[in-house]
Amino acid sequence: MRIFIRSVGELCVTAGVVLLLFVAYELWGTGAYTQAQQHKLGDELDRSWKASAGKVTTERVRLGHGLALIRIPRLGKSFHYVIIEGVSVADLRKGPGHYPGTAMPGQIGNFVVSGHRTTYLAPFNKLGDLRGGDKILIDTRAKQYVYKVTSTKVVQPSDVSVAAPVPERPRANPTKRLITLTTCNPKYSAAQRLIIFGQLISTTPRVKEAS
Amino acid sequence: MYAWLWRHLPGDMLQRAGIALAAVIVAGVLLWYFVFPWVEPKLQFDHGTVGGGTSAPAKPSP
Repeated sequence: MRIFIRSVGELCVTAGVVLLLFVAYELWGTGAYTQAQQHKLGDELDRSWKASAGKVTTERVRLGHGLALIRIPRLGKSFHYVIIEGVSVADLRKGPGHYPGTAMPGQIGNFVVSGHRTTYLAPFNKLGDLRGGDKILIDTRAKQYVYKVTSTKVVQPSDVSVAAPVPERPRANPTKRLITLTTCNPKYSAAQRLIIFGQLISTTPRVKEAS
Repeated sequence: MYAWLWRHLPGDMLQRAGIALAAVIVAGVLLWYFVFPWVEPKLQFDHGTVGGGTSAPAKPSP
């Protein structure tokens, strides 16, 4: 009996150690996967942009593939990620995801991007540091779009109106070119969502590469 | 349980310790590279989307 009880105790301690290791994996191990995927998608995007330089295409970005690059100077030079088309669990494991059906970069409407605050390289970890006026740069094959942060907000996870073409006015007709970033809030929790609103301030055509 | 395992490991103190350490490392590697990546997508701690839509994105507009 004593041996049985002792074994149960030992198994409990072992399970605790395994759980601690799992927490460590969640926080740091998952980043390796995202890093590898980001490299792959970045190369893929680069190749497809080079291949189609100077050409016009109506091809739509497929789910799970790279769509554009995002950079936020406030969050440091190393902040650059490939935005994935799609926001499924599998998509967001690869990097920040664009809500299919919302506007594309530079279009009238709302370009909505969601990303992890923690785990999976935590692309949007420091989104809370953004202030009004900070720039968000979105690079696509043809153009670079510069958005400016207009406001930030914390909402309930069920609040889909922030992703509407006119945020928080689901029925309104869009006239502005907006961007919305969403991520978890507070860190290490999924209780709320941190939302960053921005508006397009300039569009710069990318120099066509000699082909 | 662990005491019983320890008693049944071969060799002297040093060898036993070595085997035990190797077993722990192997278990850790298996967990980290095979078990955790398999379990992780089944759990959901941190999903930054709104609308609770984990895999059902907004309907594409026409």
